[in-house]
Amino acid sequence: AMEDVSAKFVSQKISRTRWRPLPAAALQPPDIFATGSWDNEDNRISIWSAGDLGNAGLNGEYHGEPHLLCDIQHNGDVMDMQFLDQERIVVASSTGTVTIFRHHQNNQTLSANHRWEKAHYHVDQDTSCGGAACTGVVCNNPEIVTVGEDGRINLFRADQKDAVRTIDNADSSTLHAVTFLRTTEILTVNSIGQLKIWDLRQQRNEPSQIFSLAGDRVPLHCVDRHPNQQHIVATGGQDGMLSIWDIRQGTMPVSLLNAHEAEMWEVHFHPSDPDHLFTCSEDGSLWHWDTSTNVSEKPSFLHQGGRSTAYLSHSTINQSVVSAWLSNDPTKDRMEITNLIPNQTLSVNSLDVLGPCLVYGTDAEAIYVNRQLFA
Amino acid sequence: AGAPLTDTVLPQVVPGADSSARQLCFAWGPAEVLVCETLFGRSGGSRSRCLAGAAAWALTDSVAGTEDGAPSSSRVFVVRRDQDIYIQTLRKLFNESHGIFMGLQRSEEELAGKSRKTQLVQVSKNYRSVIRACMEDMHQAAVSTRDPALQGQYSTQVSILSAMELIWNLCEILFVEAATAGPLLLRLLDWVRLHVCDVDSMVREVLSSESPSKHKLFWNVVDVFVLQGRMDEARHLLSKEASANPTSMNMYKILDDLMKKMPVPSLSNTQTLTELELKWQHWHEECQRYLQDGTFASNPHMESICKILLGDEDAILEKKELMTTWYHFLVTRLLYSHPTVKPMELRFYAQSSMDLFLGGESSPEPLDMILMAAFEFEMHQVIKECSIVLSNWWFFFHLTDLLDHCKLLQSHNLFLMHVIISGYLLFFFCFGSNMREFLLLEYASGLFSHHSLWQLGVDYFDHCPEYGRVYLELHIERIPLSTEQKALKVLRICEQRQMHEQVRSICKIMAMKALRNNRLGSALSWSIRAKDAAFATLISDRFLKDYCERGCFSDLDLIDNLGPSMLLSDRLTFLGKYREFHRLYGEKRFPEAARLLLTLMTAHIAPCSFWMTLLTDALPLLEQKEVIFSAEQTYELMRCLEDLTAGNPDKQKFQDDDIETTKVEMLRLALARNLARVIVKEGTVEGS
Repeated sequence: AMEDVSAKFVSQKISRTRWRPLPAAALQPPDIFATGSWDNEDNRISIWSAGDLGNAGLNGEYHGEPHLLCDIQHNGDVMDMQFLDQERIVVASSTGTVTIFRHHQNNQTLSANHRWEKAHYHVDQDTSCGGAACTGVVCNNPEIVTVGEDGRINLFRADQKDAVRTIDNADSSTLHAVTFLRTTEILTVNSIGQLKIWDLRQQRNEPSQIFSLAGDRVPLHCVDRHPNQQHIVATGGQDGMLSIWDIRQGTMPVSLLNAHEAEMWEVHFHPSDPDHLFTCSEDGSLWHWDTSTNVSEKPSFLHQGGRSTAYLSHSTINQSVVSAWLSNDPTKDRMEITNLIPNQTLSVNSLDVLGPCLVYGTDAEAIYVNRQLFA
Repeated sequence: AGAPLTDTVLPQVVPGADSSARQLCFAWGPAEVLVCETLFGRSGGSRSRCLAGAAAWALTDSVAGTEDGAPSSSRVFVVRRDQDIYIQTLRKLFNESHGIFMGLQRSEEELAGKSRKTQLVQVSKNYRSVIRACMEDMHQAAVSTRDPALQGQYSTQVSILSAMELIWNLCEILFVEAATAGPLLLRLLDWVRLHVCDVDSMVREVLSSESPSKHKLFWNVVDVFVLQGRMDEARHLLSKEASANPTSMNMYKILDDLMKKMPVPSLSNTQTLTELELKWQHWHEECQRYLQDGTFASNPHMESICKILLGDEDAILEKKELMTTWYHFLVTRLLYSHPTVKPMELRFYAQSSMDLFLGGESSPEPLDMILMAAFEFEMHQVIKECSIVLSNWWFFFHLTDLLDHCKLLQSHNLFLMHVIISGYLLFFFCFGSNMREFLLLEYASGLFSHHSLWQLGVDYFDHCPEYGRVYLELHIERIPLSTEQKALKVLRICEQRQMHEQVRSICKIMAMKALRNNRLGSALSWSIRAKDAAFATLISDRFLKDYCERGCFSDLDLIDNLGPSMLLSDRLTFLGKYREFHRLYGEKRFPEAARLLLTLMTAHIAPCSFWMTLLTDALPLLEQKEVIFSAEQTYELMRCLEDLTAGNPDKQKFQDDDIETTKVEMLRLALARNLARVIVKEGTVEGS
């Protein structure tokens, strides 16, 4: 419900929002998140606290707005951002530089921990200009993979100065996003509607598999893999379409779902509850896709009490419903779609979900936190 | 609250521009003005004049706020018009009010009558709450900073925002809600209570003291409550004093009773104005009686309160310091002498209240003039006066827009207005277009001049019926396209509005950039997006040239996946098909490869310049162990070769160039040999 959402105007356009990962076995919902800005004269990485849980009222309703813990200047637009661990964030810049920032939690400061200058570049890495925007980053501590407008793929290790591996000209068009498929394999999407699998163990500088949209090669902007069923992949395109792919079979998406009216900037399966999926778009909407089976079953787990139970108890249900993403006509079957932001006008550039919490950021210079996603 | 406004009244002088020695000339930009010195000397009294579109603007010879000046004898100055958008905290104001503005445009005409009015009042309140939120942030910033200069800047902004809110609130009561006699007074009381905060700290101090009635400011606080019509609070305080003075208990009781019985207008329709007036008359007479029989004579404080209740102007004016402003005086006066004041009567009371309050000691300040204009229901005057003192387009544009939605500005389609904005004196005639449109264009242009607020400007231009589109087209092309992502956002804006020219130009810029960076694949996808056939051809040629030089294709992933976009340009089609030939050849599907190769020439898909390469590609096929080209196909190949050598106007080239000659000879030989083989083969097949 909208009244559970707290908003804050932050005087900078937000390009990325990310929850800090929870330590293993944590029962508390997430509290700390990071944001990155774009298109400012002075761009920043900021760490926020979603708010003091002590403020929660008797009925569990939540008051208060996010407050800033610390921030640091960032050179160029923040194109993508990912937590490496509890303390470190990897940031992709429009200048082509990739930086690891460290969040010192004891004195609430941020510092640049390591920097790969112009990891992405056009023509010549050493010239003064010529950096190419790094469009995507994904981490699997200690490994970091980045992609960029230069069609290059870099594999870094957090503790090593030089790239472990670089695939120059991996793609002739712009690579828009990257994610891990398995520990040694990555998925990339590009501006001519292709989804590619790269096996980083192979020395060949070519993808091991190429999937592609039929018809007009609509650019793909984002990609996420199902957390439990690794063969299920979701991508979002320039036309706002959500595509679901089964990478075990065929070269085309299993289903194409009409969604947003403009670019889909991010798609995320809920990490612990993957029958829920979230997408956001340039058209200013944020959609919640819910395949959690029949309506009759729903109230039983939704009213089990506190927030934490609602999301912990879910892992058992996953197996039975996961195929919903692959059924031939998911719209007809059992998908409930809700737009979480009616009347928004400017782009929602980023979202992140963790536990019962959603955080998103917009071009209207505001960040929003919803702490009761499933209420 | 009026004081700081005077500081913002300009003009100022552009530092370094010597207008006394030289004439200056101007060029108007969307949000900035270029000022440069001319070679002409100054001839007495003449003024620079320039024409722009439908509006004629004359300029005073001094302007405000500079950015930089080049150190040459003839200098150019960039003058920024609206500095406010560069204040970090105010970005909240721009962003949040954008959402409200969009909601207001959407709500258009949905509702009628009373519910429409409720809706508009709500919108007005939303705008005000944004101003207040900004004020709080700004105040926080002022408190937390240690830099005195910054602190001063923040405090100035707080005062400006607070004045804006004060004016807006009054406009909301008078114009948007258009409160009628009765409720009008209640609204004005709320307005005064909300904005006269100078006495708040005193009230807090007294109330929090151990025994308020002993405090030296006790009676001041009681007076404040009475002056603001906060009867319950006043009575509560008085009861404390009463219990401490049992001797004068009776006196307190009477005053308390008078205050309790005072009739006030109600918001509901349960009592008519006549009923109220009647009750009020009775009550008034009762107060009069007590005053005359000297009931309060022993206590000057209570006597003065009773006089106030009777609306005694002198008694009220004695409390000048507690009211701090003439408009507080006005409202108190209305409360105790004309509680059923009608909107149209306000102007008389307002004028006389101001005269009485200022008493010739000080002259009215700009803020006073604005409020006075509002009380006089001179809406255009309000907007004009605001534009003179507030260097902020945000305020008077959004207010004007709201008033326009209240259908209050529509009869004024033709008018002459002069405004000073950040120190420029502008005279503008608006023919046919209205004030809302003019202000909208200016406000949106200001947003577009900002590094990151430009996105908000787009929606504002959309709601500008006459020139919005043209302005948007001009502005959008100037947005720097630093990344592809930003370009995509700009492109989306243009595509949604069918701005084909701008779509083409953005894609072309991006394609050129990609081409410069040797990213042929990206370049091609940009020209495909713009459906720019000419550019697709150019890029295809680059691919083919690369192929000829290197003997292999780059960017196979793209060329192999052109799909329907291949049809965009002939050259692109050829590129795709030619690549297909290579694939077939690589897969050893020779007959299909041969057929495709021939079609490329006979169907004139391949450019003539490329035929030699194609024919050379045919060589290995001709040399295969198995015969691939049929007799007919071989004849066609031969014809192609002869067409090429004969039809080429540049015949010399073939004769001069040894390699070319050798190639042609080799081809002829290979074709002849193939023909021989195929005749034998086809003869054998037919014969058997």
